[in-house]
Amino acid sequence: MKGLRNYIDRIKPNFEKGGKFEKLHSTFDAFETFLFVPNHVTRNGSHIRDSIDLKRVMIVVVLALMPALLFGMYNTGLQHFRAMGVPDTAAMECFWYGFLKVLPIIVVSYAVGLGIEFVSAQIRHHEVNEGFLVSGMLIPMVMPVDVPLWMVAVATAFAVIIGKEVFGGTGMNIFNPALLARAFIFFGYTPYISGDKIWIAGLTKGEGVVDGFSGATPLSDAASAVLTGSEQIAWTQGGPWDWFVGTIPGCIGETSTLAILIGAVILLWTGIASWRVMLSVFAGGYLMGLLFNLIGANAYMDIPAYYHLLIGGFAFGAVFMATDPVTGSQTDTGKIVYGFLIGVLAVLIRVVNPGYPEGMMLSILFMNAVAPLIDYYVVQANIRRRNRRVKLAKR
Amino acid sequence: MSNQEKEPLFSAKNMKLLTSPFGQNNPVTVQILGICSALAVTAKLKPAFVMSISVMVVTGFASLIVSLLRKGIPSRIRIIVQLVVVASLVILVDQVLKAYVYDVSKQLSVFVGLIITNCIIMGRIEAFALGNKPWPAFLDGVGNGMGYGLILIVLGFFRELLGAGTLWGYPVMEKLGLYEVGYVNNGLMILPPMALICVGLIIWIQRSRNRNLIEK
Repeated sequence: MKGLRNYIDRIKPNFEKGGKFEKLHSTFDAFETFLFVPNHVTRNGSHIRDSIDLKRVMIVVVLALMPALLFGMYNTGLQHFRAMGVPDTAAMECFWYGFLKVLPIIVVSYAVGLGIEFVSAQIRHHEVNEGFLVSGMLIPMVMPVDVPLWMVAVATAFAVIIGKEVFGGTGMNIFNPALLARAFIFFGYTPYISGDKIWIAGLTKGEGVVDGFSGATPLSDAASAVLTGSEQIAWTQGGPWDWFVGTIPGCIGETSTLAILIGAVILLWTGIASWRVMLSVFAGGYLMGLLFNLIGANAYMDIPAYYHLLIGGFAFGAVFMATDPVTGSQTDTGKIVYGFLIGVLAVLIRVVNPGYPEGMMLSILFMNAVAPLIDYYVVQANIRRRNRRVKLAKR
Repeated sequence: MSNQEKEPLFSAKNMKLLTSPFGQNNPVTVQILGICSALAVTAKLKPAFVMSISVMVVTGFASLIVSLLRKGIPSRIRIIVQLVVVASLVILVDQVLKAYVYDVSKQLSVFVGLIITNCIIMGRIEAFALGNKPWPAFLDGVGNGMGYGLILIVLGFFRELLGAGTLWGYPVMEKLGLYEVGYVNNGLMILPPMALICVGLIIWIQRSRNRNLIEK
């Protein structure tokens, strides 16, 4: 540690003003603060400094993502070996297989995203922001495991440049970059992120797959029941318990509601994510499910309301995507409205439009756009209320 | 054009009318006009090209005719007169397209008819043709039509190339053998939202090259 510190102190003058590599100052600064807690001190005025800066926040979120990611790796292997007809493969072997499949996606996502962040920081003479630490982890987790790596690279570049840098970098973006990357692939390369085959590693190629094996997710089971107009949904992936634990096909990080809830506990315990958003997303989805039960026009509307919270990316979106403090509402009341509408819209899109089985992505992106409007009305209502109070006091 | 003898036909001033819409006075990227049709018809290069020519013809001749009539038009009913001129030209263009390039005319569908409402045409007539002589007005109209067409063709080029892998119907990506190495066309490029983003990118590039255009 001491040696590293000495080395950094030795090369530091090169990056200061007038040094050899002055242009690379922000790159150097990013690495220095990544390795050591910055020793900046407040120069004037009295400010409160908390040790929890943007980097620590990001690291905690990445930590919270770990249970879902590790389970996702295990599940990738598990699903693959099930498809190949060897369901009894040892857990470690499953994990190792999944690890090797998922790691390249993570590497590509980070390399492309951080590369663009560093370059744009140099061009605009900004400090390098840590915003991509979380996005870079979220992007692989909302991808199917068989997605071609160059698509991940293109989508990440699109999300970082068009979704973030154009608006002024970390903290200025309107839309969640990770979901933007997913939406880019969803609309640009639709066959690679929807359907029955792409969720399991190796199923698209079809070599050695068990005859009649279905890689359909619960979402696509339900959507196909609507499309064919059948009375009953033929669930191919077990029941609610399997969906909760997460041993089902799906995007890498989204399958296990259990692992996601562990992450949610970390986020809530450290106070980083808003419980208002999280809770109201689940409430919105559940109530919308109940409402559809009342209508009951087709098989999808009739499923128990809590099913909606378990299948697809609902839990993942609620815990990790909707709670993004930058793109969501800022006011307390606004957060509740924002979260509630995400849940409502997600279920609405799923049930009413089987063409888009995963409504969660679209509903969060939509609500990202609406969030400032919600805040505006919450603030206006507050102003009106206080004005009225002033008038009453005068009288 | 009796006064025209003093000034050569292609004087520097007149040439500027023709060329400034390409760069610092582009109707799409600087004045932000005609966006609707720029998004709608640029999914393929060929319709984009035909649309550019059509708009160029209409802007040019509408400006010319209105400029010829400018002393006789009572200012209170000038909009109606302008609309009649533009609409007649659009009908002419539409009939020509239907006669000679029927398939493209089908693809362009209502957007040929909607040239009437294209803000560029009315904008140029109101802002320039009503107060200028016929020849400069004609050049200004053609110039703005070409400036609009330039953006349409650039958009059409990239959207067709990246979205469908073809150019003017010719399968470029297939001939290059890119599909065999795993390349896939991007369906988002065909959708209008991506066209809007592309227009934004063009504006971005233009403004970073010409900083005078950035609003304070």
